[in-house]
Amino acid sequence: MHKNAVGRYIPESIKGYGQLKPFMGSDSYNPEQINKQGGIIKRYSSDRNKVLSSIEEAIKATGLKDGMTISFHHHFRNGDMVLVPVIEAIARMGIKNLTLAPSSLTEPHDVIAPYVKDKVITKIITSGLRKKLGEMASNGEIEYPVLFHSHGGRARRIEEGSTKIDVAFIAAPGCDFMGNINGTDSITPCGSLGYSHIDAKYANYVVAITNDIKQTPLTRISIPHYLVDYIVKVDNIGDPKKIGTAATRITTNPMDLLLARISADIIAASPYFKDGFSFQTGSGGAALATTKFLKEHMLKRNIKARFATGGITSYQVELLKEGLIQTLYDVQSFDLNASLSMRDNPNHVEMDSSFYANPFNTGPIVNYLDVVILSALEVDTKFNVNVVTGSNGIIREASGGHCDTAYGAKLTIVIAPSFRSRIPIIVDDVTTVITPGEDVDILVTERGIAVNPKRNDIKDWIKDAGYPVYDINDLKNNIEKITGKPQPIKFTDEIVALVEYRDGTIIDTIRKIAK
Amino acid sequence: MKKIEKRRSQLYVPGNSPSMLQNCMVFGADGVLLDLEDSVSIYQKDSARFLVSQALSFLNFGDIEVVVRINAIDTPFCKDDLEAIIPLKPDAIRLPKTSSVEDIINYENLISQIEEKNNIPIGTTKIVPMLETAIAIENAYDIAKSSKRIVAITIGGEDLTADLKVTRTREGQELYWARAKVALAASAAKVAALDTVYSDVNDDEGLRKDTQTIKELGFDGKACINPRQIQIIHEVFNPTPQEIEKAIEIIKASRQNEGGVVSLNGKMIDYPVVKRAEITLSRAGINPSDI
Repeated sequence: MHKNAVGRYIPESIKGYGQLKPFMGSDSYNPEQINKQGGIIKRYSSDRNKVLSSIEEAIKATGLKDGMTISFHHHFRNGDMVLVPVIEAIARMGIKNLTLAPSSLTEPHDVIAPYVKDKVITKIITSGLRKKLGEMASNGEIEYPVLFHSHGGRARRIEEGSTKIDVAFIAAPGCDFMGNINGTDSITPCGSLGYSHIDAKYANYVVAITNDIKQTPLTRISIPHYLVDYIVKVDNIGDPKKIGTAATRITTNPMDLLLARISADIIAASPYFKDGFSFQTGSGGAALATTKFLKEHMLKRNIKARFATGGITSYQVELLKEGLIQTLYDVQSFDLNASLSMRDNPNHVEMDSSFYANPFNTGPIVNYLDVVILSALEVDTKFNVNVVTGSNGIIREASGGHCDTAYGAKLTIVIAPSFRSRIPIIVDDVTTVITPGEDVDILVTERGIAVNPKRNDIKDWIKDAGYPVYDINDLKNNIEKITGKPQPIKFTDEIVALVEYRDGTIIDTIRKIAK
Repeated sequence: MKKIEKRRSQLYVPGNSPSMLQNCMVFGADGVLLDLEDSVSIYQKDSARFLVSQALSFLNFGDIEVVVRINAIDTPFCKDDLEAIIPLKPDAIRLPKTSSVEDIINYENLISQIEEKNNIPIGTTKIVPMLETAIAIENAYDIAKSSKRIVAITIGGEDLTADLKVTRTREGQELYWARAKVALAASAAKVAALDTVYSDVNDDEGLRKDTQTIKELGFDGKACINPRQIQIIHEVFNPTPQEIEKAIEIIKASRQNEGGVVSLNGKMIDYPVVKRAEITLSRAGINPSDI
């Protein structure tokens, strides 16, 4: 066991992943020379038709075998209808011991739990795990530990070959007869296909699954046809209405709106808020709603943003339309308005996950961010943030671009209500470190604001914005006066998941819940 | 005794909602109205009373005005409410359905008995009568000056429109006369005038207009039912930077000729103008003597 830079003990190696590198600090690890790892090269006959009649036929054509790795995107979020039928088909065909490497898993994927139990899937590498699958992982019911990565980390893993995708199954809302794909030209759009680009470039085989093969060639192409091996037409690939979940929907919750207003006031008081600034808001009602209040400050002071990034909602689209944001870089579209805007507005640009956040390319766009506003399930007195495990210690959410943007942005604001259902969010040590405290500058709660001691410069302008600044320990004590101090969660020693920092080092492990 | 300087907004909080009680003080309202009356069903009166008592005992409300709305004197809950709440010394108690001086006397007798029983000096408990019937509006001034305990009077729009057999509209024309009368009565009795809620929480523009109307009538503030309404109400009541600047100029000009009439940009500055400028500054949180 090695103690890493956030004080967590990391084993030297673990089954299914071999040697592990402990996290050394968000800017400390420089990899030795790694070559990009590509997919296999094939030559098909010039007259072949890549359209196949069923998912089974496509699985057969790719030569998928026991022990291989398959991938999916989660752009349809809770409306996804592709991952489950593919895994059901794989199970029917008797293929086992697969690694499932989607960009993330969402609630409807619960139904694959039996296939995890039957060892059709034995390893999961993902940004997030929710509900039943999260519980299974936390109970040690998955053969190998789960590996959590960030969105940027996933792009890196695929480029460097740490995740070697054998077959990428891509839900393709817009798909023409050649296999050119986009997420917008469809009656069931999902908007950006940002997480899939990297899969299509690096997988050995790519299967596009669509509900409509267009005979007219697409003009806005997210994934070019020459990367697509097969096309399968099915009845449904996803329900766009279910993309907007509580985490991505525009909120009317007064507490979220209050936190959003405070955050916007702080940004407006910061030296970063000037004409040509850039920002991102993470998922979660309060973080997303910050844009709404930021708009008021932008109008008042005649300030325009050069660009905004991330998961994009109607909020940012509104600002783009009004000329308050010059360019939107969209890695995933959180609602229908965002999808339509990306289709119709040339200044709303689709970006892939490497462009967004890969730490080992020549400069992901997160490095150009001035401000990011992020949510949290827990924050500790060292400002480390947990966004994956719940207050009961069970895996329930996703890492997303949290640590990527926190690292890249010049100002990282984490916002959270001071307690949820009686459980305080500020703790001595977060259950799971996803983003290291060294990359978090400000914690905003409705009962006070705390500033990371390494950013003492910030305190003055928060006071200028009219808000008092608390020591995070005092804030924690004040909140515990209302909530009391929760009993610690009991874990066993068994490691059920690894949390990989964006650079590939291990920032934390998640242990099995004690019964 | 807490000094209440602003009463722009009073946020209603259902007394049977623990999550709303524990968070109600963070939204920036000038006051909270912990409600035991209409927002609590008849089956939850006891639990709401218990919960509000616990909230008053243990939660830190900071410097905002904490008012409890009890059940009316003609219900079986009123006495229990007062017995539980008075010893916890909220800033005031809202008395529903007060229509006459006699009603206030009845409430006051009950309150005094409970104060005496709890060794609280008689008169400590402040009250805010709610005028919710046509006869109450007619009696507004008499009610407003009927007790030294009264810190404000308020109009109850929902019950009043029912009594007047009219429908509440977005424009609020049906309440115009009643509101004007309440504001006038409060001013005459030197107590605060507080307005009723604007019930469509999704109509920001309607709320803004409604608040503008009552501000112009002379109200000090307005109750609200959703924290999202607070900011809009405050925006209407807060003086604009131009208003503040003008008020400062007026105060400065008046200093040049203490007590007499002076001229500013060709306009006469006399005592009422100075008085209004002082009110503007105090609404902006500026002490006129600091100018």
